[in-house]
Amino acid sequence: MKLLRFLIAGIFFGIIMSKSEAISWFRIHEMFRFESFHMYGIIGVAVIMGIIIIAFMKKTKVKTLRDTFVSYTPMKLNLKRHLIAGSIFGMGWALMGACPGPMFVMLGHGFWIFLLVLFSATMGTYTYGAIRHKLPH
Amino acid sequence: MELMTNPQAWIDFIRQPWHWAVSGVAISAILFVMTWMGRSFGMSTAFKSFCNIAGAGKKYEFFNFDLKNEYWRLAFAAGTVGGGFIAATFLASPEAPAISEATIAHLQNDWGMSYPQGHGLLPDVFNFGNIKGVLLAIVGGFLVGFGARYGDGCTSGHAISGLSHLQLPSLITVIGFFIGGLTMTWLILPLFFS
Repeated sequence: MKLLRFLIAGIFFGIIMSKSEAISWFRIHEMFRFESFHMYGIIGVAVIMGIIIIAFMKKTKVKTLRDTFVSYTPMKLNLKRHLIAGSIFGMGWALMGACPGPMFVMLGHGFWIFLLVLFSATMGTYTYGAIRHKLPH
Repeated sequence: MELMTNPQAWIDFIRQPWHWAVSGVAISAILFVMTWMGRSFGMSTAFKSFCNIAGAGKKYEFFNFDLKNEYWRLAFAAGTVGGGFIAATFLASPEAPAISEATIAHLQNDWGMSYPQGHGLLPDVFNFGNIKGVLLAIVGGFLVGFGARYGDGCTSGHAISGLSHLQLPSLITVIGFFIGGLTMTWLILPLFFS
């Protein structure tokens, strides 16, 4: 039963990603060409609202359904790691026009090539797991 | 008023293209729901679970964890596929995304790519019948899967969740997204498409 609510949340997220057009390769391409405000508007509003929502949840000490407080485990700051990792991710994002969420959503739209993309992303993750001790962290 | 009583009016209401501000608020609502349910908002860790399912935990400690703790994320990922199907089947806008004239002109003039194609969601080149498209899909997926895990998060985890928690590492990662994205868009993609 607990899984059902995550499934439902996922369904809503899939619909939202579709209707926001953030799943469109063309929208991502346009964003990286700075030719439209659309994607910046979406991300900007989501982040500003997110900051307000999270701050409010922390301030009011709201309990989550798992009986915890809202918190975030900070990541160790490593400029090199985050810039390199981000750049690698960004190249894939601009190439396929899809980050991980939209990869799943596009599969739902019937673009079967994303079966291959999801498999390949899993292989990328596997490769990271295999060579992570050699990378700066 | 009609919205109250007529289900079809609801569907038509949702079907129309959404303003970016509406989409932004809707995404933050997902962030709220996931946070309220006591979980983080992150998609890319699903790939790590796939590795675990395939048995990578026996080989690398990194993939050795109890999958039960990740069932919620897999349920969420399965939901997004379903959401995509519902959106495509019942809620699709009548027209392709209204991308800018400048982008349409660039695609046509520089790359000979007409717009719209693939319902305005994906260039036709990305299909199993096109060897170039298949190779690019393999490379693109690999870069996303590798980069997301190395940076410990993707667009949902860093750009939305991390920034909402005011995390500096997330901001730097997002800057990285743009360094890579701009490099790909302006320097590398033209090699394949022009």
